[in-house]
Amino acid sequence: MKKRTLAVVASGAALALALSACGGGDSTEPSGTAAPAASASAAGATGFNAGLENVVNPSDKKGGVLKMAVTEDWDSVDPGDTYYGMSWNLLRIYARPLVTYNPAPGAKGRELVPDLAESLGVSSDGSKTWTYKLRAGLKYEDGTPITSKDVKYAVLRQLDKTTFVNGPTYFNDWLDLPKDFESVYKTPDVNTDQAIETPDDQTIVFHLNKAYAGFDNFAALPATVPIPQAKDTGIKYRDHVLASGPYKFDKVEPGKQYTLIRNDQWDPATDPIRKALPDSYEITLGVQGDDLDNRIISGDLHVDIAGSGVQPAAIATVQQDPELNARADNPISARTWYVSILNDNPPLDNIECRKAVIYGADRVGLQTAMGGPLAGDIATSLMPPGIGGWKKIETFPLGTGDEAKAKEALTACGQPNGFETTMTFRSDRPREQAVAESMQQALAKVGIKLTLKGFPTSEYFTAYAGKPAYTKANGIGLATNGWGADWNDGFGFLSQIIDSRTIREAGNYNLSVKDPAVDALVDQAFAELDTAKRDAIWGQADAKVMEGAYVLPTVYSKGLLLRGKGVTNQFITGAFDMYDYLALGVE
Amino acid sequence: MTAPLDVSGEETKATPEAVLSGVGGPKAIQGRSLGQIAWMRLKKDKVALTGAGVVIFLVLVAIFAPLIVSWFGHPPNEFHQEMIDTMTMRPKGGSGISGDFLFGVEPQNGRDLFSRVVYGARISLLIAFFATLISVLIGTVMGVVAGYFGGWVDTIISRLMDIFLAFPILVFALALVGVLGQFETQLGVKGDSLRILLLIFVIGFFNWGYIARIIRGQTLSLREREFVDAARSLGARGPYILFREILPNLIAPILIYATLLVPANVLFEAALSFLGVGIQPPTATWGAMLSAATKYYTVPHFMIFPGMAIFITVLAFNLFGDGLRDALDPKSSR
Repeated sequence: MKKRTLAVVASGAALALALSACGGGDSTEPSGTAAPAASASAAGATGFNAGLENVVNPSDKKGGVLKMAVTEDWDSVDPGDTYYGMSWNLLRIYARPLVTYNPAPGAKGRELVPDLAESLGVSSDGSKTWTYKLRAGLKYEDGTPITSKDVKYAVLRQLDKTTFVNGPTYFNDWLDLPKDFESVYKTPDVNTDQAIETPDDQTIVFHLNKAYAGFDNFAALPATVPIPQAKDTGIKYRDHVLASGPYKFDKVEPGKQYTLIRNDQWDPATDPIRKALPDSYEITLGVQGDDLDNRIISGDLHVDIAGSGVQPAAIATVQQDPELNARADNPISARTWYVSILNDNPPLDNIECRKAVIYGADRVGLQTAMGGPLAGDIATSLMPPGIGGWKKIETFPLGTGDEAKAKEALTACGQPNGFETTMTFRSDRPREQAVAESMQQALAKVGIKLTLKGFPTSEYFTAYAGKPAYTKANGIGLATNGWGADWNDGFGFLSQIIDSRTIREAGNYNLSVKDPAVDALVDQAFAELDTAKRDAIWGQADAKVMEGAYVLPTVYSKGLLLRGKGVTNQFITGAFDMYDYLALGVE
Repeated sequence: MTAPLDVSGEETKATPEAVLSGVGGPKAIQGRSLGQIAWMRLKKDKVALTGAGVVIFLVLVAIFAPLIVSWFGHPPNEFHQEMIDTMTMRPKGGSGISGDFLFGVEPQNGRDLFSRVVYGARISLLIAFFATLISVLIGTVMGVVAGYFGGWVDTIISRLMDIFLAFPILVFALALVGVLGQFETQLGVKGDSLRILLLIFVIGFFNWGYIARIIRGQTLSLREREFVDAARSLGARGPYILFREILPNLIAPILIYATLLVPANVLFEAALSFLGVGIQPPTATWGAMLSAATKYYTVPHFMIFPGMAIFITVLAFNLFGDGLRDALDPKSSR
């Protein structure tokens, strides 16, 4: 998932491993954290990291106002036009996709459960056809019934990426769409039954252009949230999204606030997964980050929607105050921060020179630059642990930089005295700036001189680092990068960032992995229907990327999250690696 | 022709009075130029002299930054992450201030704050001085031309001044630095030198309005004075009168406003760096350090040292500038 999108996943075993390591009295932790960390594993779920595996402060009490806030506004509340993890998590309070993630702590949160649909998808035709049956008695907030035709319309509608620029393009790429279909607005009369069929108001059948065994992951995308054609106003639909979930929008002021109140047409009998505890939600946008943290500490606000952790200023406060520390969780996410090593410009077109960059880098320094052990574990490859097929790849050492090996590689590359190149980073992200500075310091020791160039996040991929014409003309050799999984498998994480055939004129996230061997493995993974074998292939592809020295992974991301005061049912869902927003209630 | 500075004023009268009263040695009889008088006034102004002293000190610090840092600090961009507590990202022991790190270290990277503040002086002063020079050059030329020639020339230049004065400089500078920064190959310079040149240009080019307006006013009144009339009646022409008769009389206001513009430019550069369009990291500037410090507001020393550096520089220049004005132009009221 691009940019700050935070939807993520990781497999149970690896997560549990990371957690036990965390609770096991790490000697670098301040003394205040040791006791609560230990008690987290005990039955009474309180203390540091209690929310990772337990429901903290469980309750069924209804009522109250849940106050949420975020430092900015996200892309859109329109389910067909959003690509932020926080938004995918939150929108489920007012919208219901066919399938969604089980509201449960930890690894259980990654399980898919039927939402609008009665059951998970039924496949036929070798995983090329997928059928879902809607539950009976579903209604929108205005009392009209929800039909499978609305789901079909919603999926087709968001294929129009000129109108709805945000959001993934999986349905565009995988549905068996007729050639003459452009969009629901431009070609409304084209028969699209070869892609999606609705034999009756309860049934919907998806036809894919190639087999995919994990289609339920697609069905869990917000794109399957029903939208009746009569109510669709295109890009303006975001001003009044028709609720299918337990809450409906009361006030919509983009950039300022949203308030949601109970949707009396929602029938709990049709919805086994939502508790719908609070009477209303107050969502404030554009709150300054430090202010937001302080208000959550004091209890004035309940939830930071972004779910990416507290600001640097609050990290020390939370670390040093035992009471606050007991309210904190430090989940690992399916997100990797890395540095792309671009192989277009010499001498980095030579693999040995790329290896020299990786050998020369101070991996511990890079971890510190990203925010230290609380912000992430040192990464060995692109794919984060917890995604099926992950293996610890020991192609390169993880220490503070190996000058001898770097020099050796430089000699092998024919540049024994080093070389000069340029590194780009996102200037509005202090951590990426620190990464760039750390690289400059470490590589200077082996004779590689870096010039640093910062660009704003909003144009980073469209006009600079993600635009091959620019990087070639300006001799860009290194670029900070980061990627989070759209869902929990190699496809959901790797396909967009290692397949060289996805590289376009601009707006690329894959900046450097251009290897026919990797592409072949991607094709192999797409074609493999057996999950275990498929995972193994993604693992091989991950290893292949490291062999080619196309990327320098920095950290597998972690965030320091703070549980709100007086909030019930708080836990970290493995689906998004932030608090699950479906279950929350107010004391 | 004698320069008007020497023929007009009290000092010509002073000589016969001194002779008549018969006091003082040969020194008392000597004529004193306006410059000398101003210097005497300035010497008595302790506050202004302190300001001047601090300014000289800052300039020396900027010039000898590498030397100072090699004695008392570490290279400004060198990481000292061993000084950082990686769990909190704070310097170990709160600030890391010690004999080794005089101002402590910055959070996260552990770079030596003392070295960065010292090196920051280079950027700040360099940009502020040269930007001031550009403003003063453009402002003086525009002001003198407008004031002396009058008529439609004055109208055009005055409107131009109004436009520049009404310009949202900060917003425009933000855009301009961003846009021009991309034309490295076309401009033939890159990296820090490009950024420094850009900042000098942007800050200098958009600040000439004030000084031009003042110079224009002064020129307007000067050109009607008797000595200009006299020169004109003797056949002197435009350029001669401009450069030999009027400009020497403008030295005082130019000096004063230049001195007062420098601190404004220091602040402007800091603001641009604070907003992230200034010099690129890792090069240290005071504004960028302040900007980084806001994210660690619980680590006060990170903000205090660059903040104090800006404060002291601006205060010193302002005190000196005020003193200079009092000395050169005692009739002006504050």
